[in-house]
Amino acid sequence: MSYLFGLLLALSAFWIALSGETSPLFLMLGVLSVVLTLWLAARLRIIGRDASPWHRTPQILIYAIWLAGQVVKSNIAVIRKILGPGHAIDPVMVNVATTARTDLGKAMFANSITLTPGTVTVDVDGDRLRVHALVREASPAGSFAKMDRRAAAAADGRNAKGKG
Amino acid sequence: MTDMLSLIGGVCVVAGTALSLIGAAGLLRFPDVYTRIHAASITDTGGASLVLLGLCLIAGLSLTALKLAFVWFSIMLTTPVAANALANAAFGSGHRPRIGAFQIMRTDERRKTSRGTEAP
Repeated sequence: MSYLFGLLLALSAFWIALSGETSPLFLMLGVLSVVLTLWLAARLRIIGRDASPWHRTPQILIYAIWLAGQVVKSNIAVIRKILGPGHAIDPVMVNVATTARTDLGKAMFANSITLTPGTVTVDVDGDRLRVHALVREASPAGSFAKMDRRAAAAADGRNAKGKG
Repeated sequence: MTDMLSLIGGVCVVAGTALSLIGAAGLLRFPDVYTRIHAASITDTGGASLVLLGLCLIAGLSLTALKLAFVWFSIMLTTPVAANALANAAFGSGHRPRIGAFQIMRTDERRKTSRGTEAP
């Protein structure tokens, strides 16, 4: 119930921030769209702890900042591959294990891999991820294990850190 | 001060455009679906982020900057999902990536064996 109320507040704030309208007609339309969105979310059963992990916001923010650094680094690496002399690439398909227990942790890890240029998640099967990498050096198990550990710790908490 | 921010913002927009262009060049040069997704993610991350950051700096502290931040946030959430779906669809329909060291320029095809294996 508190998650429903939280979503109501968040959607209303979002609508006001985007529209900036205060005339009664537009406010009515805003209320209508917020109620419609709430109804859709309830139908999809995505109101709750799993869909809105507010309790992990600080950890996820810290992870996002770290991830931004990784994205900048791999951006430079891939740009060098596109423009660099020789144009030699060395693509590989590797299997990567994840220690994340929850769907949130797995989704965060898989999306982080894809968001980082040079690596893309092709398939997720249980706790195994199939990853395509542009260069072989970018894909030793160690570099993924580090990201996995951080993603799992951010999404699942310390007790779920596991074997990493 | 405002002029300075606008200038830095303009530089960011131009740099982001350049990154998008490089991404497009990679998209044309790389050999298969998977490597081309890597090139496109330059445009998705570096290009889009720099352009939006530059526009934020030009807009200053305002509602517009907040909206641009929302745009950036949703791009960062949705583009990996699209790339995952694309790679998964390609793999599921039987496209197998070209594996191993090679040169991407076609004119270099002959020198592939002599130089392609040089990668450390």
